[in-house]
Amino acid sequence: MTSRDFDALVLPDRVHSSLYRDPAIFEEEMDRIFNRSWVWVAHESDIPKAGDFLTTHVGRQPVIVNRDRKGDIRVMVNRCRHRGATVCEARRGNAAGFVCPYHAWTYSQDGSLRGVPLPKGYKDFDKAEYGLVQLRVETYAGLVFATFNHDIEPLDTFLGRAKPWIDLFMKQGGGFPVKTMGEHRFTFPGNWKIQLENTTDAYHFPIVHKSFLTSLDNATEDLFSFMDAGGYVEDLGNGHSVMVMIPELVDLDDNLDADIPDRFADIAEELRRDYPEEQVRKIVRAIGGSGFNLNLFPNLACSMAFFRVLRPLAVDETEIRHIAIGMDGGPDIANRARLRLHEHFQGPMGFGTPDDAEAWERVQRGSAGSADPAWIMVNRGEDKTAANAGDVTAETGMRAAYQMWKRMMSA
Amino acid sequence: MTRTIETITFEDAVRFISLEADCLDHRDYATWLGLWAKDGIYAIPIDPDAEDFADRLNYAYDDAAMRRMRVSRLTSGESMSARDASNTLRSLSRFRMLDDEPASDVRIRCAQHLVDYRRGAYRTYAANVTYRLRVEDGGIRLAEKVVRLINSTDALAGMSFLL
Repeated sequence: MTSRDFDALVLPDRVHSSLYRDPAIFEEEMDRIFNRSWVWVAHESDIPKAGDFLTTHVGRQPVIVNRDRKGDIRVMVNRCRHRGATVCEARRGNAAGFVCPYHAWTYSQDGSLRGVPLPKGYKDFDKAEYGLVQLRVETYAGLVFATFNHDIEPLDTFLGRAKPWIDLFMKQGGGFPVKTMGEHRFTFPGNWKIQLENTTDAYHFPIVHKSFLTSLDNATEDLFSFMDAGGYVEDLGNGHSVMVMIPELVDLDDNLDADIPDRFADIAEELRRDYPEEQVRKIVRAIGGSGFNLNLFPNLACSMAFFRVLRPLAVDETEIRHIAIGMDGGPDIANRARLRLHEHFQGPMGFGTPDDAEAWERVQRGSAGSADPAWIMVNRGEDKTAANAGDVTAETGMRAAYQMWKRMMSA
Repeated sequence: MTRTIETITFEDAVRFISLEADCLDHRDYATWLGLWAKDGIYAIPIDPDAEDFADRLNYAYDDAAMRRMRVSRLTSGESMSARDASNTLRSLSRFRMLDDEPASDVRIRCAQHLVDYRRGAYRTYAANVTYRLRVEDGGIRLAEKVVRLINSTDALAGMSFLL
């Protein structure tokens, strides 16, 4: 497929449904986007000590993310340079190095090949040429990104205007560093971009999540009824966007004098035994998370109170991880409250996620109706008038992502 | 529970958890809620080795209020996934008492094999389930149910039913 064809599939206000369905486009996406962009792989708190590692994927390629002896974070293809076996199948752990189970080629924490059995069977063998393949790695505010593209712009430039929003998001540490606290992992039978869109889709919330809203106390239900609460969506460049749902929860250091919501009153009371009032307020305000979703193209969202990570498995199959986050070194009672809030909405048995997954599955199924016109509309809030400029339901974030998609696919 | 009891035997326990399973497969959630002790905990951990659930992320970690809300969500018609819920059929077997019986407070463990049917596709969920049963007011009440899926750390699909 030529670049020109991709141009025709993404118009300013609509995208062609073949973007959800065509396996050839999916193959091109893996190559042109996931093998060339910065892709989020971990949070620094996942691997705090030397030797800590986790295994994950960049696009479809298995990688190891680890911290070497010097404390540097490395991302390496999880593939022995001999015959291609994975050198690690554990999801996470701590290891002095990696030994291929097939012929015992042994790699150091930094990926260099340390030794092979019976080396005299090789002629002119230079171990230095057979280390694990290294990706380029850069971090911002604890977020670890990697890329196969060694010529790509620095992460700092790639994130650009998204950076101040990442800084705001991390304030939900409540004065403590943010740490990950486990994850819900689930799949849905649909294309990855359906999920990418959803993180910047406020329009669906009162419809799809009615049962979640009903389960909340009145004050919290009001907070989450943000259709007309002054929110907005902003294109941050490079496919990134932010959707502000609850403006008063954009900066968690603001409004610390405001009344503590009833639902957190007991927690505040307990915290007062160990912390001064100002810190109590800061911690309590951080429990519920931020009032916005930050969508980072292509695979991460900093979504209110958690990280959403997507992984394309096939054109019509996607894995999602909802990673719980909390306060590293913070009070147990606050982190417990955050875990319960996460369980309430997220995961395969949450009050929100299964309904989202149902909507996404329905989009995938319905998109088989491909008779002309087979367009997916993302034109809401396109005509920026005074009346809708601040509309939280604008599909501005989707348009931003699809323009980045077009740029990368046509490059 | 028609007969008043003071202690729980193996047979009592199996009969009780079979009733609980039947309620869930037939979506008789009102009866199901009534099987629980007031302070009962319904837990579906992610960590297979977890014994204490409060400080870690679970699929479900429900007290009575959360169970009621969960049932409301499944039955209210407001949830689009629950409106088109799976049909489930679960088999319980391999029962083992973890405490001496009869007693007024006992734990029993079993294997649960659940088949979920939805939109032309079957899925299976295999789990070890531990129940803690307690005598209250002359009847058996569920004090704790812990469902340990054997694939709990893998990616699961959305569930429109209770395990």
